[in-house]
Amino acid sequence: MTSDHVRKAFSIFFVLGFFTYLFGPLIIMSFTSFNSSSFPRMTPWECFTVEWFDVLTKDDKILDGLKNSVFIGIGVVSLAVPMGLAGALMLTQVKERVRPWYYTIVISPILVPGVVLGISTLLFWDRIGSMFGADRNSLFYDGFFLTIIGQATFISAYTMLVFISRLQRFDRDQEDAALDLGATHVQTFRKILLPFLKPAIASACVLAFLASFENYNTTVFTIVTESTLTTFLAAKVRHGINPSISALAVIIVVITIFGAALHEVLKRRELVAEKNAMLVASGKLSNRKTQRSFIFEPAVLMILAIFVSGIGTAYFAGTMGVEQCKADVLAEKKRVTAQKIKELQEKNKARQAAQQEEAGQSQSQLQNGAATTDKSDRAGTSNFNSIFSTGNLQNQTGTDDEPKAEIEEPDRVGTENFNSIFSTQNLQDQTGAAEPDNDGAGSVEDESSRVGTENFNSIFAPTNLNQQTGSDN
Amino acid sequence: MVEYWQNFFRKNGVALGLFLLISVGSWILLMIVLPQLFMMDFSFRANVPPPQWGTGAHHYTLEHYKYMLYGSAQSTDSYNYVDLSVFGRTILAAIFVTLIDVALCYPVAYYLAHVAKGGWARLMVMSLIVPFWVNELLRAFAFKIMFGSNGIINNSLIWLGIIDQPYDFIRNSVALYSGLSYAYILLMIFPIYNAVESLDRNQIEAARDMGSPWWRIHWRIVIPHAKPGITSGCTMVFMLTAGALAAPQILGGPSSLWFTQIIYQSFNQAGNWARGSAYAIILLATSIIFVLFVMRVFKVKLGEIAR
Repeated sequence: MTSDHVRKAFSIFFVLGFFTYLFGPLIIMSFTSFNSSSFPRMTPWECFTVEWFDVLTKDDKILDGLKNSVFIGIGVVSLAVPMGLAGALMLTQVKERVRPWYYTIVISPILVPGVVLGISTLLFWDRIGSMFGADRNSLFYDGFFLTIIGQATFISAYTMLVFISRLQRFDRDQEDAALDLGATHVQTFRKILLPFLKPAIASACVLAFLASFENYNTTVFTIVTESTLTTFLAAKVRHGINPSISALAVIIVVITIFGAALHEVLKRRELVAEKNAMLVASGKLSNRKTQRSFIFEPAVLMILAIFVSGIGTAYFAGTMGVEQCKADVLAEKKRVTAQKIKELQEKNKARQAAQQEEAGQSQSQLQNGAATTDKSDRAGTSNFNSIFSTGNLQNQTGTDDEPKAEIEEPDRVGTENFNSIFSTQNLQDQTGAAEPDNDGAGSVEDESSRVGTENFNSIFAPTNLNQQTGSDN
Repeated sequence: MVEYWQNFFRKNGVALGLFLLISVGSWILLMIVLPQLFMMDFSFRANVPPPQWGTGAHHYTLEHYKYMLYGSAQSTDSYNYVDLSVFGRTILAAIFVTLIDVALCYPVAYYLAHVAKGGWARLMVMSLIVPFWVNELLRAFAFKIMFGSNGIINNSLIWLGIIDQPYDFIRNSVALYSGLSYAYILLMIFPIYNAVESLDRNQIEAARDMGSPWWRIHWRIVIPHAKPGITSGCTMVFMLTAGALAAPQILGGPSSLWFTQIIYQSFNQAGNWARGSAYAIILLATSIIFVLFVMRVFKVKLGEIAR
């Protein structure tokens, strides 16, 4: 009995953990967009603000990417939905023997990696274009065209699956009856099949648009020189991050929740409609029971309400007292920075003194007359070590791990670079620490942008040169 | 054959028949089959600048596949250890991520399908969709925020006193693996959930009444029943993880290059399209072999996988 309880408790704990894993990251990311810290983070919390949404709306490139994404999404919907429908209708009509092959081929784009689809689309139309001798500005090299084609390749397969599952419940006799009664094929299609497929068409449209909107793997190859929201986002996330991306994420999360709910509601309506149809058919319900418009669906209403109230509170809370709070935080930061600079300066002074002493010693050693080849050799390797050494990085990060949490990212890097350029201690520590470290190369690649500048600093640092020449002569 | 087409047009009418033929034909030919064939052809050709494509200089060669195996002619290594190890690591990591996802999803799917009841369970199932529709990039971005050296995880671990220095989750690939497991987890949980849900509860009750312990109920009844779902989930998650690009680009540490990143680099940085397509073919072939292998081992059909 007790083991049963333990198991029950454990399974609830497990499920809770799972949902935390599922939603935690999104919630945290959403919160970071309301923190005034210029680096997206939850802790330390500075001020509640909506300024990152302002930053976002003023970013022309994002709006451009958004526009492109919507355009491509519409293109994909208008291509993938008819094609998926045709694919699904065709499935019932191909010969029995061919059917498994047909199904394998049309379903394969779902399983093929998106990267591969993008590359093959790009190459194929490139070759076709050059076969026709088309010039570089023509359709075959156009990012929008290629992206729509590339995305539609696999999104058609998604929509096809939607149609297949709907068609499985379609009664073919209705069509035959219509044809027998003298309707033309087009009429039958328009009056019988399309109305039956209407809910599936709607949910296929939503599905296709969302899938197109969020696609990255295929798009990044086919978009060529243009940019969509996702490719722009990828570039931004990789190069420099600030909370305006979180703000964008919040908007997208809200839109996707809305889209997902819409999709769900459409699916639900489809089921309800079917049940009604069955009831009508069995005579339990009078015909033409009017359906509510989906805007009155409780789930949609609820989400709309949350959406509006969320924006409202965010706006009011965001405009109140932000400036004062930010000023306070800034003052605090300035104080801490000043203190830190002072500490560093003192440290440097102490080290410099120690170093001068040491330099004097090595000078005397030099005069003692060790083999000159040995010496020049050493100078060479030590120079190398210091460029690629982890010591460099460790030293740097070592120092900035101490009180930096309160300091804004950019100005932290700024002051540190400044310090390290002019400090001799920088180089000295490096040569000291470099020798025992073997995995230097691996770690240097990390945080490449920052390390990059730092390495450069130490290469061109005047002290570096000084010491080099100093030990050489 | 002629009879078949006559029948086809009689059944559909001319307009609808043409619509079906043209749509399906162009989809299959222009979008699925020919591009793959062109890419394969391209991958066997020498790497020359675009103006020379189709001329004599653009001859057939195996050099890109050889490069994947042996590296450039100048290198002293007998094999191309860099690319091969990236490839191997990508495949192994994808398998690892797939196993994590199975281990996470199976209990939850079972719980949602058979333990949880009523509206609460329905709400949980519905809410599963939401993260799935949030952009892959943003999901990776969320993990980057969390796992950063100043991120909430490091801060709370320090606050709890478990560690005193920030742990570099990014460099140690922890962020990458959790981000990847997260990215496609819903393609694992839905198939398993659908499969488990269709199991008749009475079977479980019967086994329990006969005195079977809980683990044997799972091993002998639930898992065999859920097998198509588990297989389908594993295939999808493996394929998508091995072909992922966004998460490795954002969350990848310096020493954990992903195979797709090499492909991306040969297109966008090295300008070597031919080698990029050769590598893409290798990725594609691996994926196909994996799917066939899984289908053979677990005895499921393709139709059951892609649902």
